[in-house]
Amino acid sequence: MHSAGVNGAARGLVLTRVKRVAGVALIVVILTFLVAPIFIVVPVSFGSERFLQFPPKDLTWRWYAEFFRDPEWRAATIFSLQVATLTALSATVVGTLAAVALVRGVHRARRALTALMLSPIIVPNIVLGVALYLSFAQVGISGSLTGFVLAHTALSVPFVILTVSAALHRVDPSLELAAINLGANRFDAFRLITLPLIAPAVLVGALFAFLISFDEAVISFFLSGVGTKTLPRKLFENTDFDISPLIPAVATILMSVSLVLMGAIQWINRMRSRSGASEGA
Amino acid sequence: MAVRDVSLQVRAGEFLSLLGPSGSGKTTLLMMIAGFEFPDGGRIDVGGRDITRLEPNLRDIGMVFQRYALFPHMTVSENVGFPLRMRRLPRAEIKRQVSEALAMVRLSGFENRRPDQLSGGQQQRVALARATVFHPPLILMDEPLGALDKKLRDQMQIEIKSLQRKLGATVIYVTHDQQEALAMSDRVAVMNHGVIEQLSTPRDLYNEPESIFVADFVGDTNLVPGKVVALENEIATLDAGSGLTVRGRVSHASAATLSVGQAATLSVRPEHVRLLDRGAVPDGALSMKREQEIYTGENVAIVGALANGAGFRVHQAVAAGTVTHGEEWLDVVWAPGDARVFAGGGTP
Amino acid sequence: MSAPSGPSGGRLSRGTTILLLSPVLALLGFSLFWPVANLVGRSFFDEGFTLEHYRFVYEQPLYWRVFGRTFWISVWCCVLALLIGYPVAYAMARTTGWRGVVVAACVLVPLWISILVRSYAWIFLLQRNGVVNDVLRDLGIIERPLRLLYTEGAVLLAMTHVLLPFMILPIYATLRGIPRDLEKAARNLGAGPFRAFWTVTLPLSLPGVSAGVLFVFILAIGFYITPALVGGPRTLMIGTLIAQQVTELLNWRVAGAVSMILLAITLVITIVFQRALSIEKISGNA
Repeated sequence: MHSAGVNGAARGLVLTRVKRVAGVALIVVILTFLVAPIFIVVPVSFGSERFLQFPPKDLTWRWYAEFFRDPEWRAATIFSLQVATLTALSATVVGTLAAVALVRGVHRARRALTALMLSPIIVPNIVLGVALYLSFAQVGISGSLTGFVLAHTALSVPFVILTVSAALHRVDPSLELAAINLGANRFDAFRLITLPLIAPAVLVGALFAFLISFDEAVISFFLSGVGTKTLPRKLFENTDFDISPLIPAVATILMSVSLVLMGAIQWINRMRSRSGASEGA
Repeated sequence: MAVRDVSLQVRAGEFLSLLGPSGSGKTTLLMMIAGFEFPDGGRIDVGGRDITRLEPNLRDIGMVFQRYALFPHMTVSENVGFPLRMRRLPRAEIKRQVSEALAMVRLSGFENRRPDQLSGGQQQRVALARATVFHPPLILMDEPLGALDKKLRDQMQIEIKSLQRKLGATVIYVTHDQQEALAMSDRVAVMNHGVIEQLSTPRDLYNEPESIFVADFVGDTNLVPGKVVALENEIATLDAGSGLTVRGRVSHASAATLSVGQAATLSVRPEHVRLLDRGAVPDGALSMKREQEIYTGENVAIVGALANGAGFRVHQAVAAGTVTHGEEWLDVVWAPGDARVFAGGGTP
Repeated sequence: MSAPSGPSGGRLSRGTTILLLSPVLALLGFSLFWPVANLVGRSFFDEGFTLEHYRFVYEQPLYWRVFGRTFWISVWCCVLALLIGYPVAYAMARTTGWRGVVVAACVLVPLWISILVRSYAWIFLLQRNGVVNDVLRDLGIIERPLRLLYTEGAVLLAMTHVLLPFMILPIYATLRGIPRDLEKAARNLGAGPFRAFWTVTLPLSLPGVSAGVLFVFILAIGFYITPALVGGPRTLMIGTLIAQQVTELLNWRVAGAVSMILLAITLVITIVFQRALSIEKISGNA
């Protein structure tokens, strides 16, 4: 009885071991599936041959240099940067004002208003892209910087609102009351007390908006004019006929921008949660 | 409606407490004085100035919030100097007054600390310094000691009072802790459901409550409901059911309305009830069934019920020696002059 | 509680609230509501109110095929994403330390990268002279390159890959809220590890599962980039159909009709399952 028990336990242990190893292997496979396809593009972009090669034989920066030299790619990059920067600025301002109104304002229809603010997320991008193409063309701003900024700001504003209102909720409302009681008017109380406390969230919102605009492909596809193409739009066009490592290079550049910005956002969030106690006694 | 009908006059230099349970309207009243809520009607005067419709940042009233509301991204001296900065004082002057204020709350040297580096008691004192540095004629305090432990609270009560006396300021203090209100105030306003039930000195509040609510809320008391069967020389006799009769003095508030046959409630404080030795049972003594004895260091509370089922408590000072010998039924008595009778029945 | 003449407790007045909300409302009005209404209006009004364009869509077998294909792919997307994603969500919720960070990074980093780049990666992998074909040829499994791209399978694979994080994150959020002690209690009471999972953890994670399935489905039916890049014209889905109507056929009214149908489906699903999608339910605070 005793030895059967020990053997049984040993067998049970081995079985558990096997199960665990199998489980880990499964997860590793899935994670690889998640990550590998994307990052395979990176080494290819350094290949020296004119066609796509994996793995690449000789490594070179040539395709990146060509990207920066080509006037069309450069124009697209500059345009994308312009749109993204203006979008970040306007989405941050508009979104922060809206967040303040939603969190600190009086209104009966709060849930309906919030749903309204978040509606850009619900509408499928393709519908929005087509609709904007139609309507903006009618008023003559299709293919213009203004049109792009308006469209992208509308897309990013919900994220700014979410981020900033989350931070606002964590700020003790009596801080502003104290400031007012001590002599500050409403605006000064916001500027001197609340704004510094939500500044990291506002910054995160701005970075989010920049990234959303910079990466945005669907609406850009429809709104782009001849001289006003964004980087994603040009990439979308060229995937069909350009089979050189230039496309992987552009993809890698876009990826890097995404990773850097999101990394910055994560870092800001970590700094914030570390000093979490400081958002109001 | 949080505040229904309130008329209140606070004397200069007075420490007045607004005491009441949550929902009584005391915080709303404070907020109205501060300017964060606006009354539907009536006036608010401070020092002869009508401030009813004045913006909250122009009222020149000091305020200490429940959780101190110290600005976390500013240092102690920036916090305390904030009201002076809003009043556009020159920098040197701000520095000087901040030092003075910090010295008064015994926090000199803490200028460059941040609020999260301070203990609860220190934060409390910074809040006090900030609320008083600009010498406001009136200081409002919204349950400022709620977050502190008992020892610290007792200590801060003394500090706040001495600060108030030093500054000669008028203080309106909101609290739900009646012990705190009694200890600190010159006068106490007891609020219930949006009205002030009584405004008196702590002593009068305790000894001459004007309603069942006040009698019950301030200090411990035994409430015995019944029907008036006799009324003589301001002493009312109540039939409390089950053959029980109790006697007490008619309260001033009910003197006009109380008559024989009416429902009424008697209130007698546990420390006024005496336990009797066996055998020495005078008229008017009652039997009380003992259920529990609770030892609290200073007192022994004997908890039980009267013959009619009404809950009853007796407090005996330990120093006076106990009379109980473990029996189930005890004889208790009180002087009718120590009890109060109010019109109206039942518990508040 | 407060007088009509002023706000209470430091809240902004009605006027200020409206003032602060007006920029965003104006923005959304101009850049979202008006354009969509404009487009949808085109499908309903063609010299008077008409349902002609909807009837047109209704009568064409092509459109039915496209809708059918889209739903079919989207449903399979959900299924695959659930099967693949649940274990990852479980690992993410139960692993601690640096391993947990690695798992989380593998899930989140793809999410940060634009859908365009992620879809392009699949073109790169599946094309005739792409990585997959090269590897298969090197291994001698096939002689001529397979036609992997521009098939429904490619679209399904690429979309599942892109949408996986949207399935994983809600499930992870729910799993994180389930106290570990529950599974331990089940084990203590006699259940084997699988039984404990099946009877305790799995049912409690259903809010996250349903949220994930809904997210993925709603996103999948409206997808454009991935089907456009990886699917090509022979595997039209609703998104690519709409684009085609506009760019190639200039048929705004039909595009409007199809858009309206897509919008309606999305809205109905969102509203009907609104509670399932609420954040409280997902993180177990309901």
